[in-house]
Amino acid sequence: MTSIAIPSGMPQYDDVPRLDVARVRADFPILDREINGHPLVYLDSANTSHKPRQVLDVLGEHYARHNANVSRSVHTLGTEATEAYEGARAKIAAFLNASSPDEVVFTKNSTEAINIVAYAFSNASLRPDGDPRFRLGPGDEVVISEMEHHSNIVPWQLLCERTGATLRWFPVTDQGRLDESGLDDLVTERTKIVSLVHMSNILGTVNATSRITARVREVGALLLLDCSQSVPHLPIDVVDLDADYIVFTGHKMCGPTGIGVLWGRGELLAAMPPVFGGGSMIETVTMARSTFAAPPARFEAGTPPIAEAVALGAAVDYLTGIGMPAIQWHEKELTAYALEALGSVRDLRIFGPTVPVGRGGTISFALGDVHPHDVGQVLDSLGVQVRVGHHCAKPVCSRFGVPAMTRASFYLYTTTEEIDALVAGLEQVRKVFD
Amino acid sequence: MVQLDQLYQEIILDHYKHPHGRGLRDADDPGDQVAEAHHVNPTCGDEVTVRVATDGAVLHDISYDGMGCSISQASASVLHELLRGRGAGEAFEVHEAFVELMSGRGQVTPDEDVLGDGVAFAGVARYPARVKCALLPWMAFKDAAARAGVGVSPEVKA
Repeated sequence: MTSIAIPSGMPQYDDVPRLDVARVRADFPILDREINGHPLVYLDSANTSHKPRQVLDVLGEHYARHNANVSRSVHTLGTEATEAYEGARAKIAAFLNASSPDEVVFTKNSTEAINIVAYAFSNASLRPDGDPRFRLGPGDEVVISEMEHHSNIVPWQLLCERTGATLRWFPVTDQGRLDESGLDDLVTERTKIVSLVHMSNILGTVNATSRITARVREVGALLLLDCSQSVPHLPIDVVDLDADYIVFTGHKMCGPTGIGVLWGRGELLAAMPPVFGGGSMIETVTMARSTFAAPPARFEAGTPPIAEAVALGAAVDYLTGIGMPAIQWHEKELTAYALEALGSVRDLRIFGPTVPVGRGGTISFALGDVHPHDVGQVLDSLGVQVRVGHHCAKPVCSRFGVPAMTRASFYLYTTTEEIDALVAGLEQVRKVFD
Repeated sequence: MVQLDQLYQEIILDHYKHPHGRGLRDADDPGDQVAEAHHVNPTCGDEVTVRVATDGAVLHDISYDGMGCSISQASASVLHELLRGRGAGEAFEVHEAFVELMSGRGQVTPDEDVLGDGVAFAGVARYPARVKCALLPWMAFKDAAARAGVGVSPEVKA
C-alpha cells in the first residue's frame, strides 16, 4: 500500500472529526444484549436505530415530571410541556439550519410527512383559489425515481389518481446511481413537484441533487427530498440543500418511534391548505366554517406525540454532542471496510455503489442464490441482525432482477468487529446451503 | 446452531435443493378441472403459483412454480409429494394437519403417518416470522383447489 502525503497547510486525515465508538456504545443499553447465545451484532440501523440512555431518560422524565397537554393550558405543567415541545422544534430547526422553528412540522413519520404534502396538493387542486403551485390536473406531472421507498411512491400514485396528473420517474443505473441523463426531458414545464430520495434505504446511494435542483428551479416546480436515511447520518443544512421540503423520521436517528418531521420553506407552508382537521390547527371555528392557524400548527391537528417530540429534541442534542461530521466520517470508514470485506466473500454480489463515495453505510447484497430470508435466519442464529426482503423498495429489487435482498446497515455505534462477524456469519450460511 | 438445525432440517434442505414435481403442468386427462392460484408474501416478496388438476374426487396433479426462501419452496415440494394423487377429502385432512402444525407455535407433535416429510416443518412453527413462508404454498393450494371445485379447509389463524 502506498501512502500519499497531503501537503502541509492542507486538511490532513488526522484533522477529521472522530468519535470514540466504545464510549458511544456505552450510551446504548441494548448493545449489551445477547441474541441466541451470541453478543448482539446489530446491523439494521437503516430500519430503526437504537436509543441512547440520554434519550430514554428524557422520554421517561417527561412523563414522570412534566406531563400535560400542549398549547392550551395556563397551568404550570402545561407551560412546561409546551416549552419542552416547542423547545424540541427549535432544536430540530437549528440542527437543520432552518430559518425558523415554524418551518418544522411534527408528524408521525416520513410517510405521514410526504402524505401531508401530497394531500395539500390535492386539496389545493379542489379549490378555485388554491395556490397554482400546488394545483394539479391532467397534463401536469409528478416526478419521482425508481430508487424510492414505497412511502415516496404510493402517495404520489394516489395523488395522480385523484387529480389526473401523470407520474414519471428517473431510472436507476446498473451501478445503483440515479440516471440523470434524461433530466431535461423528465423535468419540464409540466412538472409540478419532484420528490426524490436523498439517500437510498436499499442501495445506500446518496444522490447529488444540485443539477436536479437547478432544473427544478428553471421549470418552476417544487422539490421534496426524502431525507429519512440522510438526516440521521450526514450533516444536513436545508439552505445548502436548497430543497422546498424535506422529510425524515425520529426513530432512525436515536429518537423514539411515532415522531417525524416535515420541513418546508416557510412561505410554501403558509400557502398550503390544511390536510387533517381538528383541534390545535384552527384560528376560529363556527358551525358553518373555520379558518386555520399559521404553520406549523396548521398541519398538527389534535394532541401531538409530545413526549416523542421532546425525546427527538434530546436525540438531536445527543447527535450534535457527538458531532454529525464525526458520525459521517465514522460511517464512511465502516463503509469502506465493509465493501472490501464483503467483496472478499465468494459469490457475493453487492447492489448499489461498490465504492465508499456518494453512498452511505447501508449495503444490500445477494449471497449466491441463497434466499435472503435464509441468509437472515442463519445470521440471526449467530446474533447478527440484518434486514432481508424487499426493503419497501420493490421497484429497486425488480430493477436488479431479484425478489429480495439482504441488507446490512451501520450507525455511530457500529464497529469493524461487527462487520467481521457478518462476514464470518456469511461463511456459515454457505455451509448450510452449499 | 442446535436451534437452527431444527429449522433447517435435512429434509427441508433436500426438498429445497432437489424440489419434487416443480413446474406448472397441463392436465393429463382433458376432462379434469384445472385451476391455479398465485400467492405472495407481501412482507418478503416470496411468490408461488399452485395448480390443481382434479376430476372432483381425486387430485390428479398438483404442480407449482415460484421463487422464495428454502422454507416456502421446500414446503411446495412437500405439498406436491403429499397430496398429489390423493382423494380430495384425504388431502384436506393432511392440509388441516399441516396448518395445525404450523399454527401450533412448536407445541403440536406432528403425526408422520399423516404428514410424511411435512413433519420436518415442526421446527419452523417455533419461528413466527417463518410460519407464513411454510404456509404460502398450502394457502395457494387451498385457493386453487376451491377454484377447481373441490373442498375447503378451516381458515388459518396465523
